[in-house]
Amino acid sequence: MDWEALRLSLRLAALTTLTLVALGLPLAHWLAFTRWRWKFLVEAVVALPLVLPPTVLGFYLLVAMGPRSPFGRLWVSAFGHALPFSFEGLLIASVLYSLPFTVQPFAAAFTAVDRGLLEASWCLGASRLRTFFRVVVPLSWAGLLTGMVLSFAHTLGEFGVVLMVGGDLPGRTRTASIAVFDQVQALDYAAAGRTALLLLGVSFGVLALTYGLRHARRLPWPLS
Amino acid sequence: MAPFLTAEAERRYPGAGTVEARFDIPCRGFSITVLFGPSGSGKTTILRMLAGLERLNAGRILCDGEAWADAGQGLHRPPQARRIGFLSQGYDLFPHLDVAANLAYGLPGLAPAQRRARVADLLTLLELQGLEQRRPAQLSGGQRQRVALGRALAPQPALLLLDEPLSALDRPVQLRLWRDLRALLRRLEVPTVLVTHDRAEALQLGDRIVVMEEGRQCQAGPIQEVFERPSDPAVARILGVETVLLGRVTEVRDGLATLAVGEALVHAADPGGLGAHAYVCIRGEDVLLERGEPGPSTARNRLRGRIRSLQTEGPLVRLTLDCGFPLESLVTRQACVELGLAEGETVIALLKASALHLIPHD
Repeated sequence: MDWEALRLSLRLAALTTLTLVALGLPLAHWLAFTRWRWKFLVEAVVALPLVLPPTVLGFYLLVAMGPRSPFGRLWVSAFGHALPFSFEGLLIASVLYSLPFTVQPFAAAFTAVDRGLLEASWCLGASRLRTFFRVVVPLSWAGLLTGMVLSFAHTLGEFGVVLMVGGDLPGRTRTASIAVFDQVQALDYAAAGRTALLLLGVSFGVLALTYGLRHARRLPWPLS
Repeated sequence: MAPFLTAEAERRYPGAGTVEARFDIPCRGFSITVLFGPSGSGKTTILRMLAGLERLNAGRILCDGEAWADAGQGLHRPPQARRIGFLSQGYDLFPHLDVAANLAYGLPGLAPAQRRARVADLLTLLELQGLEQRRPAQLSGGQRQRVALGRALAPQPALLLLDEPLSALDRPVQLRLWRDLRALLRRLEVPTVLVTHDRAEALQLGDRIVVMEEGRQCQAGPIQEVFERPSDPAVARILGVETVLLGRVTEVRDGLATLAVGEALVHAADPGGLGAHAYVCIRGEDVLLERGEPGPSTARNRLRGRIRSLQTEGPLVRLTLDCGFPLESLVTRQACVELGLAEGETVIALLKASALHLIPHD
């Protein structure tokens, strides 16, 4: 059993989700409430990872992170090592690859909040930021939870981008999904079966828990 | 002295016309200004401009010496910086917060003990005791309205803005709450601007009225003056009744109320809840005319009057009588000819008590 790969997968998924929450909240809020006419272009960019082959995204990321790009050079001079084939590089790739899985449910949930409630909050003197945390977030919790879980599960299951950007370095970039591939290549079907079953179990468990929680909370105000 | 509120607000919607109004509230303290007109006449837009939820394309809003908006200078204070209480048509209570938390929402600056005391005061004031733990979904329409009103009043706003505050409720509930609402706002001495399309609501609650149609302000002034002397036929049509007069209630007995209107006494069915004064509304088509000596009749009101003017409106003639107060009557042209009605002639106006519609006012 490749516990190291699973631990790496979980760590990557958790950090990716955390980063995406920090990035996704403001981005989704902006998308949900802006009246900017070119907003649809941003929406299209956010949705790109849904349709782009992971290899294409991985290729561009590899080039962008490489030592010949300004960003790559900056990173090396700041941190002393190159981004490609490192855990940090993998994290950046995962964040971009899972962006729509966070931002779309977040934005949909924010859009569903009645605008009248926001105006009521402003008229009661609450700033936009306070309104966001006191009204928008509590009323969007189901969508926020969905976005976080989808990002987490999606990161657990990603393969193409990881292979392109991270390679297959045990303990650094070899995630569980890559491990399955390796084990099959090595004709170790028993090990591949165990890893695959474990990934299946974790993914199903996380999703079932979320949907169960949503279902339970959809009932009107339990015990209040 | 400058008025308490000056509103000269104009907002243009490309391809959909303009909404504009110019009115003021002369002094601070309690008064209710009604923005009145049919739906789509722009009253809510005016209210939203006062709240800061819509920007002005032209004009300015000054309140209590502070500039809230000035299109010429590009000045726009957001709602947060206007010290207003805003009550929207749907109430917009926060569904995830209970009654107490909704009431306390606008009081983050207070210390917890003060905040609790203020919420307790509001619960008492609006008769919501025992409901503090309820969520909005568990309240009746009337309770929701009171919570929303309490929430808007909690930060002690300089100006209260109400958008059709009672339109979602049943008529019997409305009748009771109109009286309560006016008494409450008088006690709290809050200047209020109220939007409505309901004439009875306007008359019962308002001190001043701004009549709107198709985005344009038709007339503004004290409510009695506007109803008695509409500036043009369009305003009269929007107001919807031919004769509206303020009367003094002199007697209420056996379901029949007697009021002194001008120099005359009229009898009307008692709607309940009458105070010292009431508006008497009379439709022109309910006023029958008679000449010569009157015979026995079921009509409770027989008023001798002189015809001041006649005006033909298609098959009908609109007569304005002087019966000690101005009264309009709508009769057919044929009847007009048969009775020989002309300017200066004396007639008897017959009115059933049930045709006089009373709206209590203080």
